[in-house]
Amino acid sequence: MKRNSVAIVGASETTELGKVPGMSQVQLHADAALNAIADAGLKLSDIDGVATGGHNAVEIAHYLGIVPKWLDGTSVGGCSFMLLVRHAAAAINEGLCETVLITHGESGRSNLGRHGSSIFPSLFQQQFERPFGVTRPPTMFTIPVLRYMKDYGLSEETLAMVSVIQREWASKNPRASFKDPISVDDVLNSKMICYPFRLLMCCLVTDGGGALILTKADRAKDLRQKPVYIRGTGESCETPMISQMADFTSSAAFRVAGSNAFESAGITHSDVDHLMIYDAFAHLPIYGLEDLGFVERGEGGAFIADGNTKPGGSLPLNTNGGGLSYMHSGMYGMYALQEGVRQMRGVAPAQVQGAEISMVHGVGGMFSASGNIVLTNVK
Amino acid sequence: MDNDQRELPKPTPETQHFWDGTKQGKLRLQKCKSTGEVYFLPRHFCPSSGGTDIEVIEASGRATLHSYVISHLPAPGFTPPYAIAVVKLEEGPKMMCNIVECAQTPEALVLDMPLEVSFEKVNDEITLPQFKPAGK
Repeated sequence: MKRNSVAIVGASETTELGKVPGMSQVQLHADAALNAIADAGLKLSDIDGVATGGHNAVEIAHYLGIVPKWLDGTSVGGCSFMLLVRHAAAAINEGLCETVLITHGESGRSNLGRHGSSIFPSLFQQQFERPFGVTRPPTMFTIPVLRYMKDYGLSEETLAMVSVIQREWASKNPRASFKDPISVDDVLNSKMICYPFRLLMCCLVTDGGGALILTKADRAKDLRQKPVYIRGTGESCETPMISQMADFTSSAAFRVAGSNAFESAGITHSDVDHLMIYDAFAHLPIYGLEDLGFVERGEGGAFIADGNTKPGGSLPLNTNGGGLSYMHSGMYGMYALQEGVRQMRGVAPAQVQGAEISMVHGVGGMFSASGNIVLTNVK
Repeated sequence: MDNDQRELPKPTPETQHFWDGTKQGKLRLQKCKSTGEVYFLPRHFCPSSGGTDIEVIEASGRATLHSYVISHLPAPGFTPPYAIAVVKLEEGPKMMCNIVECAQTPEALVLDMPLEVSFEKVNDEITLPQFKPAGK
């Protein structure tokens, strides 16, 4: 990874988020793509690289009328977009293409034109997990958490604080799905989904999309938007099955993606002004803070509950409201990246004043894969 | 439990010994002869050493409750709320299962409680390895 050699020059979400019954999934991709191209001040004909996850990349390129020189369809769940940013930066540096469009669209709520799973099915999950009644993500992603709670003394009240504080951020964001304040009691009295997880500890299910345009940094300065440079990156994977996660209190994929991102960016934890950690469920920011090394093992819950990540805290985290309150179409990674870009441009609804470095950390599947992107507005 | 609606395993060449074993009331793992490591999921090689000099062994059937959820969501063949558990086998590997002969409540399902394997014959082809409180 050549530091700051590639920039994000266009970024946009779909015109509408939440419930979008007038668009099937492919059109959500296209709506976001056209918005991002306009945001960059470019034309469709300027795009010579196309990447997407969770949808046939060929269908996206064809639908947009692009015959690309470079294509990437990495689909490892919601962090696919972090991996695609990393792969696109490498491809641009290698000269395989000049201007890459990365798209996401997902009709998670209206279920229009979906292909089913955004991740390849696992042979062994079919044999060794599905017979025991795992179905949707709440029945899998949550399984390690009782182990964490016993080993580190994490209480349900502290876990609930993750949801409470993210709602504080969402209340500042006009596009957030849920903006009304909630209390720990509200979380702990919400409907039981999968003990110990209640409804308000689980992400939303919505429709939406987002797109990014990447090109060489030296070309970015002539374009319309303030460039957001790719300073560092990391990616990894561990297991397609939650039952085979080596340590139920820590993600190997998080640790590898995170340490590679810090190393390639040449930064330390105190350099990070703004942080996004993909929060499909309330425990993920806790695991993320620990596995990225912002706090010691077992301290993530208290760090959040003590207010360090809330508005005005020392480490602003999930400033759009996150998957718990902002939006979550199923593959949330794109929306975390969009918020990182907004923060680096200085245009976020809950802007972190003076922020120069944003770390955006993603998870794919059930602790299966991970991607991490370090963004900066300072070359 | 309405067993017929559950999604049942479709054995493959790598896993056939495992599913043949459960039909005979045996919980089978694999062991690397060079490193001594016992592993699961089934493979034709040791995932640590890459070595192919391996053997099938019979596990003791003893385990502890490593973690679980109690799902309140609908699932074919299950009546919510039901527990989906991961046990830690005495030999080391972890395995998903349901906890049978036990109330499906946080009070009855205590982390690290001792368990033992219990074979549930679903049909002539498939017997599932489940776990129950030890000594039951």
